[in-house]
Amino acid sequence: MSMATAIPQPTSPPAAERENYLNKEYGVWSWLLTTDHKRIALLYLLSITFFFFIGGFFALLIRLELLTPAGDLVQADTYNKLFTMHGMVMVFFFLIPSIPAVLGNFLVPLMVGAKDLAFPRINLLSWYLYIIGGVMMLHCMFTGGVDTGWTFYAPFSTSFTNTNIVEAGLAIFVAGFSSILTGLNFVVTIHRMRAPGMTWSRLPLFIWAHYATSIIQLLGTPVIAVTIVLVAAERALHLGIFDPKLGGDPVLFQHLFWFYSHPAVYIMILPSMGVVTEIIACFSRKRIFGYHFVALSSIAIAVFGFLVWAHHMFVAGISVYSALVFSFLSYAVALPSAIKVFNWTATLYKGSIHYDAPMLYAFGFLGLFTIGGLTGLFLAALGIDVHVTDTYFVVAHFHYIMVGGAVMGYLGGMHFWWPKISGRLYPEGWARLAALIVFLGFNLTFFPQFLLGYMGMPRRYYDYSHMPEFQILNVLSTAGATILGVGYLLPMVYFLWSMRYGKPASDNPWNAAGLEWKTASPPPTFNFDQEPVVTWEAYNYEELDAPHNEEVPVAK
Amino acid sequence: MQNNASAGSFTAVHDHHGEAHVAHNPALLHHFAAPQQQRDAASLGMWVFLATEVMFFGGLFCSYLIYRRWYFSDFAAASKTINMYLGATNTGVLICSSLTVVLAVWAAQTARRALLVGMLVITMLLGLVFLGIKGVEYREKFEEHHVPGASFSFDHVEIPGHPGQFANPRHAQIFFTLYFVMTGLHALHMIIGLGIFTWLLIMAWKGRFTPEWHTPVEIGGLYWHFVDIVWIYLFPLLYLIDRH
Repeated sequence: MSMATAIPQPTSPPAAERENYLNKEYGVWSWLLTTDHKRIALLYLLSITFFFFIGGFFALLIRLELLTPAGDLVQADTYNKLFTMHGMVMVFFFLIPSIPAVLGNFLVPLMVGAKDLAFPRINLLSWYLYIIGGVMMLHCMFTGGVDTGWTFYAPFSTSFTNTNIVEAGLAIFVAGFSSILTGLNFVVTIHRMRAPGMTWSRLPLFIWAHYATSIIQLLGTPVIAVTIVLVAAERALHLGIFDPKLGGDPVLFQHLFWFYSHPAVYIMILPSMGVVTEIIACFSRKRIFGYHFVALSSIAIAVFGFLVWAHHMFVAGISVYSALVFSFLSYAVALPSAIKVFNWTATLYKGSIHYDAPMLYAFGFLGLFTIGGLTGLFLAALGIDVHVTDTYFVVAHFHYIMVGGAVMGYLGGMHFWWPKISGRLYPEGWARLAALIVFLGFNLTFFPQFLLGYMGMPRRYYDYSHMPEFQILNVLSTAGATILGVGYLLPMVYFLWSMRYGKPASDNPWNAAGLEWKTASPPPTFNFDQEPVVTWEAYNYEELDAPHNEEVPVAK
Repeated sequence: MQNNASAGSFTAVHDHHGEAHVAHNPALLHHFAAPQQQRDAASLGMWVFLATEVMFFGGLFCSYLIYRRWYFSDFAAASKTINMYLGATNTGVLICSSLTVVLAVWAAQTARRALLVGMLVITMLLGLVFLGIKGVEYREKFEEHHVPGASFSFDHVEIPGHPGQFANPRHAQIFFTLYFVMTGLHALHMIIGLGIFTWLLIMAWKGRFTPEWHTPVEIGGLYWHFVDIVWIYLFPLLYLIDRH
């Protein structure tokens, strides 16, 4: 391959840069009206980063309030708004679009060997819908916010609170359509746009994970959309669909809400699992162990994920028999998750492991996701769940999944594909340091919360002055959150730095398998100069590293 | 793999048209290799979208079924007050419009432009008739104070088959809430359908559709059929509770 010889030396001057998706056109409209999936991915990257720091700001205020047992920083109402807006912004405007809309948008066409997603204009539309929803959410925030918790349970949300439920609901409704359209684009692209020879069993597992994610986005999101319509109608017109005073059923709201919002957790974690699969195979230089099991476990998680929602409602008055069934099914989700974890560890076994920054994040993911998953089993058990419902144990558990799992995978993926996205290398030393800081800061923030919750500290309290013994653990948690904040700021700084000062990246700096590494960094607008034809299995690292194979690009 | 100059990507696109032995089609978008791939993608996209629509209405049907089971006699009493004959007429109107959509697709496949335009026009007229009748029904409900909200009133309405027993107005209001949300969202889908068909009509008038490329007619038709099918479920569930 001539590509091998074309790798520039890091010191060579960037003479006559070849045309790529970044330098093809300049100007605001070439970005705002682009239909290039790679540019849209960058638009998403900027916007979700913005919302990530807004959500993070709310988290910081929450942690500051809890530094002391007395409610001395903010009023009770304000505190309610803080954790509500933190949840809404992070879930709907950061976590759900994070990996799919940024890395998925960028990589799905590249990985399947297509020129673009199947519907490029719909892809742009989905970004605009996200922005419209985001602007509505910001407006809602600046005009007082919402205080119901991100779950906006009825009838509090429909009949009692005087905050702007309808606007927040509409913001999520619109952002939900953005999510649906992204999922639709992925499903059609994966079905119809694969390059010749890219069979289903040659697809990277990142693609399988995104396929499963898309199924959830497509089948779950419409249900929360219609739930929001009902909540808005009930609130605006004083109807009684969910208000028991008017003959409605608040438990029905919870069913409808969690029918989407439980699978939504898998929208966040499945793409992250896909990222981690790619990273682990690359940095242990091995074929992934049990390819078909890992692929189908993604589908299994998507399917089982739709059948467990009522485990959020064990204390909401559902019958003990349905609680038993949902408890059992929740245990069942652990099976495909465990299949993934064991297959990743089996891939590591006797691998030639490289401790580059993406791999550090992947290791972080493995540990944190396992802790988050196992504590999920605690919560699936009826007896323990009743004991720790609405305590910090639950808060710690889902942060281990959503932050420890999803965000670690997102950051790992950003580092892994940054050379492809930007055409530059990030500073490896700083990146390893940041990964370490994030890991330590995360555990210091959230592990004390397991203890707090198990000891009985309820969530959503701004004042715990009648239980001052919880202060030490809360101080630890706040200290951890500060460290975590530094860990999140660092990558932003050095990614921006590397765009100007980073060393130019070769086409395949990790010597990784996968079609996205067989085109230029950054790729041209239509991804490949010639339509690729795939004749190899995914993760053919043994072949790539075989000493006598002349097809192999030289290692970095 | 060769790292050609970037202009190569454009050349590759055109090469592809040659390979596929298809006359250069201005409707073929740059990122598809062949018209068949583009058509398959669009068609699958619409089917997937309709799956999301099933879930969207599914949440409403689920709520409806739960409350109907809880408050059956109140639902039956409320259902009696909506106009079954207008609903049945509308069902017939929509079934006819589905037929004209099928004929429109057939006309596009067989290059009958005049027939295509005519069928699209009839479909849209039937859609407008449907919305008109729906409007008449809504006006009746408004005049009877059956629209949920502050002025809702459903006092002293007998439960069918139980003389002397009156329906609970709060439960009847839940029926009417679901009635208006479900038929309202359905009507919104009809209006969007009319928008799509207006665009199809303009394209058909200009003669843009050919037997090789008429994907918009097909997927627009799929959407129209779906909206019809939703009504086929809405009609018996809302209008025909406990009718004898």
